[in-house]
Amino acid sequence: MSKSRTIYDKIWDDHLVNTNDDGTSLIYIDRHLVHEVTSPQAFEGLRMTKRKVRCPEKTLAVVDHNVPTTDRKNGIEDEESRIQVEALEKNCKEFGVEYFNELDIRQGIVHVVGPEQGFTLPGTTIMCGDSHTSTHGAFGALAMGIGTSEVEHILATQTLIQRKAKNFRVNVGGTAPDGVTAKDIILSIIGEIGAGGGTGSVIEYTGKAISDLSMEGRMTVCNMSIEGGARAGLIGPDEKTFSYIKDRPRSPKGDDFDRAVDYWNALNSDKDAYFDRDVYLDAAALPPVVTWGTSPEDVVSINGEVPDPEGIDDEIRKETKKSALEYMDLKPGTKIKDIELDVIFIGSCTNGRIEDLREVAKVVEGHHVNENLNAMIVPGSGLVKEQAINEGLDKIFMAAGFEWREPGCSMCLAMNPDKLLPGQRCASTSNRNFEGRQGFRGRTHLVSPAMAAAAAIAGRFVDVRDFVK
Amino acid sequence: MEKFKNITAVAAPLPEVNVDTDKIIPKQYLKTIERTGLGKGLFSELRYNDDGTENKDFVLNKSQYKNAKILVAGDNFGCGSSREHAPWALLDYGIKVVISTSFADIFYNNCFKNGMLPIVLDEKEVSLLMEETERGSNATLTVDLESQEITTSDGNKINFKIDKFLKHCLLNGLDDIALTLEKNSEIGSYEDKIKSQRPWL
Repeated sequence: MSKSRTIYDKIWDDHLVNTNDDGTSLIYIDRHLVHEVTSPQAFEGLRMTKRKVRCPEKTLAVVDHNVPTTDRKNGIEDEESRIQVEALEKNCKEFGVEYFNELDIRQGIVHVVGPEQGFTLPGTTIMCGDSHTSTHGAFGALAMGIGTSEVEHILATQTLIQRKAKNFRVNVGGTAPDGVTAKDIILSIIGEIGAGGGTGSVIEYTGKAISDLSMEGRMTVCNMSIEGGARAGLIGPDEKTFSYIKDRPRSPKGDDFDRAVDYWNALNSDKDAYFDRDVYLDAAALPPVVTWGTSPEDVVSINGEVPDPEGIDDEIRKETKKSALEYMDLKPGTKIKDIELDVIFIGSCTNGRIEDLREVAKVVEGHHVNENLNAMIVPGSGLVKEQAINEGLDKIFMAAGFEWREPGCSMCLAMNPDKLLPGQRCASTSNRNFEGRQGFRGRTHLVSPAMAAAAAIAGRFVDVRDFVK
Repeated sequence: MEKFKNITAVAAPLPEVNVDTDKIIPKQYLKTIERTGLGKGLFSELRYNDDGTENKDFVLNKSQYKNAKILVAGDNFGCGSSREHAPWALLDYGIKVVISTSFADIFYNNCFKNGMLPIVLDEKEVSLLMEETERGSNATLTVDLESQEITTSDGNKINFKIDKFLKHCLLNGLDDIALTLEKNSEIGSYEDKIKSQRPWL
């Protein structure tokens, strides 16, 4: 093909099984991740229609949403959670799918586990019944969240019926100042384009500030593509990508690896490839940010204040933002730094990786968590936890007064015992500040791990840049 | 999947942007291993008071909207989590059609897998219908998928666009998986090709 193409165009073309005249296409799925919440009805569907899993070897299952993050050697107390976890185990056995249970050291949040195992590779199509599947786009993969019917479709056929999305480029130039992290970059992007800004599009993140990021940072950025409404987010693969992948349990070995790297290198968007939309952000001008409302688009600088919705023209939007303020119990004009906190949550598929934990350790070493709040750190996987222990981070966290937990989704979505109580206010490194997300009537402010760490010490929001000085 | 049939029903207004799927069906209802029975959890954190009684202020609890089968909502409806429990809950409650200026992609797709119709209209049309719904139980709308037309109780007509393939599946209640399995040999030859081109997969 001679036409210039984006990385999304190339991955799409290489996975086309068939295209109808009307543009509806059948695309092949290389990798399918499965967790306990969105899969039971899909497996049940297979049973009812006497269908098999077409490629069990391209499927990997792990339990994450329901597991308690305290000691779980004695099983899961909550009956519904236990049934859902047991259903996954039983389904995997019946259909021949590899499964990491809650006692396996490789267990963790599905989007931490995929890359860690080398299951996530550039140029692949990766699907999971989970909206944060966009995380895997950090490797230059086409990774999308899907519903349970589509989970069943992939299990049965290893394909999906799709129409091609638009190409949307978000170019983040410049060098991010110290204290401004991948999380601040992606929250700022969402603040700019809005929670529905990426609808119908696949975002490619480019620019110096993006290539400067580690793989962990890139995963944080791609993870939250869905909060900007995008179908997927991706970053072209480079040497950082390849060295992260090398020697992982499921990554290609020997000659295969070298052949793969040649293929992966050729995936990057052509210089004059066409994008339907372009947005530019200057990383050098970004501050650490905090969300004030109940949508990830409600972003404000740590040095700013709660905005006044009265200035919004659109009536429906204005009323929505006013009710968000009411839910958050905040008044326009309140300084972000005056907001006091009850809970600090550090973890999730957005920020539960080793680099995130290192950032936290840097900030909290030698300090103590404010006496007015509870703070917990939940590693994204058993292997992240092991690595943190090897680096002595666990000792720093515990000496500072943090709870140091077992891996899982934890308080990101409150399907397990980790929940906010009504009215509690939380600085969270997770991805969603929706009403009730972290617990019924809980109030969530999204921040970076470094900002959450500084807030844990101060008991309120502070600019991590002042704090480290 | 059930075929989508034309409906004439009460439409309820939900004048809010970014209605997320956590709001449509909160996490505690996601622990089920069934597709059915989720209607009780629909909008539960808004629909019920702390003591479990109905919150009279919530739109679907108002007598005039009790039998609503259509929702008219603000922009970016169904954003957030991929949970198909959202359309399952709406359907189980009785909502068959949602109208908005835009839908989150995953929610939009999930609707079609369950015989539900999400309709995208422009801002002017949605505000017109939003006003129409303010008339309560008199505000019935007729949705005709075949002719891609919404008719208000006053006889005003609004046309809507829809992907041809999705319309075909909805009208005929087609099972995607059965359709795809007809292409089994094409999937097989794709797999053979990949084995030689990208052996590391």
